Amino acid sequence: MTHLTAKDKETVKTFWAKISSNGAAIGADALSRMLVVYPQTKTYFSHWKDLSPGSAPVKKHGATVMSGVADAVAKIDDLTAGLLSLSELHAFTLRVDPSNFKILSHNILVVLAIMFPTDFTPEVHVAMDKFLAAVARALSEKYR
Amino acid sequence: MVKWTDFERATIQDIFSKIDYDVVGPAALSRCLIVYPWTQRYFGGFGNLYNAAAITSNPKVAAHGKVVLAGLEKAVKNMDDIKTTYKELSVLHSEKLQVDPDNFNLLADCLTIVLAGQMGAAFTPEVHAAFQKFLAVVVASLRKQYH
Repeated sequence: MTHLTAKDKETVKTFWAKISSNGAAIGADALSRMLVVYPQTKTYFSHWKDLSPGSAPVKKHGATVMSGVADAVAKIDDLTAGLLSLSELHAFTLRVDPSNFKILSHNILVVLAIMFPTDFTPEVHVAMDKFLAAVARALSEKYR
Repeated sequence: MVKWTDFERATIQDIFSKIDYDVVGPAALSRCLIVYPWTQRYFGGFGNLYNAAAITSNPKVAAHGKVVLAGLEKAVKNMDDIKTTYKELSVLHSEKLQVDPDNFNLLADCLTIVLAGQMGAAFTPEVHAAFQKFLAVVVASLRKQYH
């Protein structure tokens, strides 16, 4: 289900090169959106003072998440090895239920559609969806 | 019964009054068939679905996309009882078409992404949440008659 073909990787890298300078903004919007549209995800952020869209902790964390995604693009040829320590973090420390990776991925795709309507074609959409699913799977590796 | 806030009600009505059904329907369905190719299993009689270009230009896909949006319009016009409005549609999808109801979420996600692309910044988190709630009610109603 999450086998990335050479074409997928090429599509992801090309698209990422176009959008990477907007990484922090993409992350902030995706995270803001997720907390509003899927309120159950707020349970992971009870330690933040302000969970509203565009708040300081949301912006900061959105940037953190997207730099993880950027790292994944660079390590696209071996996500399991490349994201090992991130997987351990999510598995043992954060203990985020993996179903939430899918939720955040969807919100990232929605933001990409908003910000890059002409570039986010169906072909790019499927490659990015597959890529984010592969990242989610790599992040889930250490869970059990 | 589903409770809609004034904002949610107004947002859904507003979205559907402004979108071009002939664009959004076909775009959402073709995106679904491209991004989740196993959904093509339900469209064996549609001819060439071989690649993204073929799907996007396929007239049967476009026509069916419009049918789907027309179905959604029924829900928009009967927001206070989508469950009853969709009873026959639910039976149709379960007994005649035999569609795995998990696919409804795939199409819903594609519709959201197409709408986001159309509305741009106007698709705020709050508008997105209202639309997501609407789609969740639609999907739940379509699932209702599956036994």
